[in-house]
Amino acid sequence: MQNPFRSEQAAFRLVWVAVGYFVLIGIGWRIDRWLGLAVFIVLTVAGIAWIMHRGRRVPPVREAPVASPPNEHRVLVVANETVGGAELLAELRKRAASGRTVVFVVCPALNSHVRRWTSDEDGARAAANDRLAASLLAMRATGLDATGEIGDADPLQAIEDALRTFRPDELVVSTHPPGRSHWLEGDVVERARERFAIPLDHVVVDLHAAR
Amino acid sequence: MSAAAEAHGGHPPTPHYSSRVSPATLGILLFIGSEIMLFGSFFTVYFFVRVVNSAFWGGTWPPAPYHLPAFVAGINTALLVTSSFSMHWADTSIKKGNRAGLQAGLVLTFALGLAFLLIQVIEYARIGFNTSDTAFAGTFFGLTGLHGAHVFIGLSILMVMIVRSFRGHFSPEHHHGIELGGIYWHFVDLMWIVVYFTVYIL
Repeated sequence: MQNPFRSEQAAFRLVWVAVGYFVLIGIGWRIDRWLGLAVFIVLTVAGIAWIMHRGRRVPPVREAPVASPPNEHRVLVVANETVGGAELLAELRKRAASGRTVVFVVCPALNSHVRRWTSDEDGARAAANDRLAASLLAMRATGLDATGEIGDADPLQAIEDALRTFRPDELVVSTHPPGRSHWLEGDVVERARERFAIPLDHVVVDLHAAR
Repeated sequence: MSAAAEAHGGHPPTPHYSSRVSPATLGILLFIGSEIMLFGSFFTVYFFVRVVNSAFWGGTWPPAPYHLPAFVAGINTALLVTSSFSMHWADTSIKKGNRAGLQAGLVLTFALGLAFLLIQVIEYARIGFNTSDTAFAGTFFGLTGLHGAHVFIGLSILMVMIVRSFRGHFSPEHHHGIELGGIYWHFVDLMWIVVYFTVYIL
């Protein structure tokens, strides 16, 4: 849903929508109070349904990166708890074997909604930082040219932020297996495919099986 | 060197607002959010007093012998809604580089807003009751007075915008001051529509 006070034009439109809304309710109220109540309920429900439907129809903003330097394959990896997973490392090594590969790892600072709303994200960032540091060490130990940073708690926002500085040729999203992954439950992979005009590979890391 | 700096030839990347809303716009949105909460608290008091004085509980609304001048308030509503139109005209004019349209739109908006405020003052003087008379009177003056204060603030903002427009400020590329003032003015109009409908019509 877009903020109705996002711009002067949007606010102006809202004024006229409000005029129409209250005039119709007022006319109903003058005829019969129950009719006024019915008009209020119908218009309010219709308005909410329209806003929700409209929100779904907003097309995703597609982002296309600038081409990377020749003979260099740039991979943007988005992973959190699975960032050090063996499956992910194997996939990255496979890419590195075919030529010079630069890896940039974004580790979203996952947090609870309440903590996010209250900006209490120090703990989440510290945990993400620890995971990122460990995984970067593991990647560099295998010869990968890897750097990284902590990203926004929203993985799609984290990808978008990273796209503005890293310019990858490929996006790799690492998640837990279906059934244990919040990201898969939230269609993060599909939404990333819709939103970003970059080849995307989804790597499933099963940390339980690795133990 | 960090990956971010490396990707920009050694320079830091240009600022990027993740929310896609500029800090100034975000500021006015947060301000309006707090205003909605303020008006919400006044509406809560109004509806509480109204419900406990409703016919269901053996009362009447408005309580006798009080009567609200709905027609005069309706004229005031028309003035304020029209001022929204002139405000929008001013905003679209500067976006097209039409300075005369901007100035005329702002002056017209100011005149309409001032007329609204003067009519409200006259209405207060002739309405026949005072703030301390009953809970009904208290909530009436509270809600309409709170809105009137916002119109006054809006007029002050408009005055600054008018002075700046006549001094050559604002352009099709730089008109954030008009955009933000316009958002505030439309918000004030919107709140009046809600106040008028609940206090005078329902």
